[in-house]
Amino acid sequence: MMTLKEIIVILKAEVVTGADKLNMKIQIGCAADLMSDILAFSSPGALLLTGLTNPQVIRTAEMIDIKAICFVRAKKPDNTITTMADDLNMVLLRTDLPMFESCGRLYKEGIVSIDNLGIDKNGRE
Amino acid sequence: MAENKKYTKTQELTYELRVKDVMNRTVVAVSPKTTINELREIFRDNRISGTPVEDKGKLIGIISIEDVINCLSEGEMDAIVADKMSTNVEVLRPDEPLVHAVSKFNKSGFGRFPVIERDGGKLAGVITKGDIIKGILEKLEIHYHEEEIQRHRASYIFDDIVADQTTLSFQYNIKSKDFNRAGESSSQLKKALNCLGIQPDLVRRSAIAAYEAEMNIVVFADGGRLSAAVQTSQIKLTASDSGPGIPDIEKAMQPGYSTAPDWVQELGFGAGMGLMNIKNCTDKMDIQSEIGKGTHITAIIYLNNKK
Repeated sequence: MMTLKEIIVILKAEVVTGADKLNMKIQIGCAADLMSDILAFSSPGALLLTGLTNPQVIRTAEMIDIKAICFVRAKKPDNTITTMADDLNMVLLRTDLPMFESCGRLYKEGIVSIDNLGIDKNGRE
Repeated sequence: MAENKKYTKTQELTYELRVKDVMNRTVVAVSPKTTINELREIFRDNRISGTPVEDKGKLIGIISIEDVINCLSEGEMDAIVADKMSTNVEVLRPDEPLVHAVSKFNKSGFGRFPVIERDGGKLAGVITKGDIIKGILEKLEIHYHEEEIQRHRASYIFDDIVADQTTLSFQYNIKSKDFNRAGESSSQLKKALNCLGIQPDLVRRSAIAAYEAEMNIVVFADGGRLSAAVQTSQIKLTASDSGPGIPDIEKAMQPGYSTAPDWVQELGFGAGMGLMNIKNCTDKMDIQSEIGKGTHITAIIYLNNKK
């Protein structure tokens, strides 16, 4: 469990939008460029790492109650995306690091994937 | 003036609340023979700045910290309360509306009033401006809390509508190949379900299923319709289009099987996960499809957490 502030340091990331919400606590991470995978295998409250920058990333995050997204590989989201994220109270970060290294750094510092917590992604018993 | 005059919630409460609702019932009444020196300690120990004076159960005056200060400066700390108290005591009754107390405070400039029972004239309590503020704030807090509970109470709208079966339905028209707006319908549907106070995890499952269905319509069909019928026991999602239809449903249900064009995959979809996702998120799913006619998906999510 760590705050987005700590994650920004670990990923050498910068804030794209949502600078007022950096005290948000993150325990779980998920990473994919395939949004269907995110929809299928992630959990609410996770940090989403992706190299994809289109409005569907925000929509996908909205559907599963993901509140923080970090774009990897030096990708820059455009205004449409930041506006959508603002409306949904999301935090957007970006880093120059590639996906592999971003995941590795976070995992090393204790961010885990949903499978490691042993709970069903939809919270069903 | 008159047209701008607003009747605030606080004002309303001063009529609604009674003196007895906000007054302090634990009164530290003193006897007339108490010395000012003793009184000073009573005030200090009880953290009060004034109190009624009672003799044989009858209110005979009121004495405040101001009287103590006067005695201190005159060197009369050994004087007794009876000689220093105000005997011209104005009182309030427990059943008077708070607005009477407010106007009495405004007119008199006193810091406190004893509250006396109408029957028997017994001292029931003391009321200060602080008690009034506290009482109003508490009442506002209760109102706010009730409002919050109601806002969050699951599907309360269903409790208010009396019918043998209530169904709320939402319908969204989905445009074809409009990738920037794809997902808007599911987004609106999710907000609507949240408004109804449905449990967050059930809203999430409905939203994921709706979103996958919406993406399928955007990608494969020339537009279509997404709808949700919400009842007390379930949400029924329906996605229909008049697109090309699915040649082999069994195959289409397999994870990883996809017929989506490259441009869809570049957007992060079309990896053959959609239908499986819908199935996994819902409790019951049915696909009807006919080549050249279209596809009709229904999916049900039970609201009582039983499968």
